[in-house]
Amino acid sequence: MEIVLIGLNHRTATVELRERVAFSAERACEAADLLRSQGILEETLVLSTCNRSELYGVPCELSADSAGAVELFFASFHQLPPAELNGSLYRHRDSHAVRHLFRVAAGLDSMLLGEAEILGQVREAYRIALDHGATGPVLNRMFQGALEVGKRVRTETEIGTRPVSVAFAGVKLSEQIFGQMTNHRALIVGAGATSEQVVRHLCDRGIKQLRVLNRTAEHAVDLAVRFGGEVIPWENLPAALEWPDLIVTSVSSAEPILTRAMLERAMAARGNRALLLIDLGVPRNVAADAADLYNTYLYNIDDLTEIVEQNKKAREAEIPRAETIIEEQIEKFMHWQAGVATGAVIEDLRKKLTAERETFLHERLASMSHLSERDRTEVAAMLEEFLDRVVLDPAERLRGIPELRRKLQDLEALRDLFHLGREKP
Amino acid sequence: MTNPYVLATLLFYVASLGLYIWNLREPSRTAGIGATACLMGGLVLHYLALLQRSRLIHAVPYDDLFGSLSLFAWLLAATYLGLEAIHRRRSVGPFVLPIVLILFLLAHVSAARPIKAPPAQGPIFAFHVTLNILAYSAFAISFVLSVIYLLQNRRLRGHKLGIVGWRLPPLDVLERMTRSSVLIGCVSMAAGMTAGFIWAHRLQGRYWNGDPKVIVTVLILAIYIGYTLLARTAAWRGARASALCIFNFMFVIFSYSIVNRYLSHFHRYF
Repeated sequence: MEIVLIGLNHRTATVELRERVAFSAERACEAADLLRSQGILEETLVLSTCNRSELYGVPCELSADSAGAVELFFASFHQLPPAELNGSLYRHRDSHAVRHLFRVAAGLDSMLLGEAEILGQVREAYRIALDHGATGPVLNRMFQGALEVGKRVRTETEIGTRPVSVAFAGVKLSEQIFGQMTNHRALIVGAGATSEQVVRHLCDRGIKQLRVLNRTAEHAVDLAVRFGGEVIPWENLPAALEWPDLIVTSVSSAEPILTRAMLERAMAARGNRALLLIDLGVPRNVAADAADLYNTYLYNIDDLTEIVEQNKKAREAEIPRAETIIEEQIEKFMHWQAGVATGAVIEDLRKKLTAERETFLHERLASMSHLSERDRTEVAAMLEEFLDRVVLDPAERLRGIPELRRKLQDLEALRDLFHLGREKP
Repeated sequence: MTNPYVLATLLFYVASLGLYIWNLREPSRTAGIGATACLMGGLVLHYLALLQRSRLIHAVPYDDLFGSLSLFAWLLAATYLGLEAIHRRRSVGPFVLPIVLILFLLAHVSAARPIKAPPAQGPIFAFHVTLNILAYSAFAISFVLSVIYLLQNRRLRGHKLGIVGWRLPPLDVLERMTRSSVLIGCVSMAAGMTAGFIWAHRLQGRYWNGDPKVIVTVLILAIYIGYTLLARTAAWRGARASALCIFNFMFVIFSYSIVNRYLSHFHRYF
């Protein structure tokens, strides 16, 4: 059972090309149907995200260039001349295809190393293919393995735990101080794009109490409406400082908009409850000497960038651990696949020997007219028992001992030896 | 220290500490589960060692300071395990286990001493001692949590979280865990002291005997109640409350060492 993979991703293709070869759920099912009806693949699964379009399959027949046929289909399905995909498509077979999928599920092949979204996309692609009946035993097992890899890599390594964007780093920092953000309050000063990123992450983390201030009230209203926040007039900034646990500022201003004196008064009014200030403004929006205030934590854009850089390195350092998990799971899958392949060969061998036995008995017994019907039945039973002993014992040993399967390596040699699935020359 | 239970307990505690440290540096499911499993194994073996001692003296095993230290270590480890189960965080383990190990080693490293029957026995006396040692364990946990709080606070204010910083519990959680531990300690100590007063009344016909240990224990209870009240006030919340908690624990150490060893008339082990 061969496995082929044809695809392209953000490393090999431009966004324009990726857009042209993207599959919707319906188109993925359509492709699977066509590949089966044209006798190219008997099992198909399409993984299509904004960064990749990949087609996994099990060819209908053993062929030296099954990947080539899939590649041609890939081009024609998207109405592209094959030459246009030259240099962008990658193709992998068998264990290399499995390794590629497992690395994708682990987030090692993502644009943002260790990102978690891809695992959900792999799960969804598998669900669509399974519901459509496009997968079979091989791809089912392979994608279940991929989901297991993704889960293990995320729980057993720290590849996805640390933030690698400035906005997310700010939110994670607030969690290091306040724990879960659900019951905490955030004040957003400035309604620009950076603020929006922070708000988005805060909402993802379950924050419910959000207030927005902006010099231009319309922008504040827009942000507040989209994320379920409350708008505060710009003039109320000093009083608004008493309310939140987290303040995010990203205002264009030559002078700090939050001075030490303002924050000192606010801290006194709020009973010294801890306050995290995330200053994303350049020039800085919060006076640097405010960092000395009791129970305040001040981070500016450079501090957060430094954290992000450290975290990127830390994620990269986790790659070897993730690769170890991937190799373990590949070995597990390949053992399973070898076991299935062995079982199929043994079954074919048994069928073949049974047919040979029938022919042999028919030919030989025809010339032995002196044998009674009972004798004939006994001879047939003895021969059947003999074949079972000859075939079943090695079959069981092959199924149970992976080392033995490794020694056999090329099961096709066994097929050729006994003319299994082939006509005698 | 030739008792097989003691040696096995030591082995399990050391293994648990090693795995907790490993898990803090490079979090892994195997190391985490292994650390907890070793701690549980150590607790069972430690309990068997305490039980063996208890059977020999026909009482709870605190006839001397060392037996009491061993019980302290066991209760500390058990309290921590409960805390870990509730909060599902193993990152505090590497800070608690060294104290468990030190107490355990102090209790068992000295040459075997002839075991004598304790001067007082019975359920009320057992409650008195056990509850007070449980209070000490809770205060020890609050001490460790306060130390972690101050370290983490320093890292956060200095923008130097580092590898370990991201793995420690949030400040807010540490603060709440500390307050919970102190509350458990205060309730346990109040109950233990009440049992002690009842026991003193049975023995001497009076509740208060002016023993320095009793005075210091009342003082400890007062300062921890003070912490509980102050920790939520504007001036003290955060790092100051943690520093106060660490300061308070010095009194516990003083009470458990100097007072027990040299000053008390009724709580001396020698």
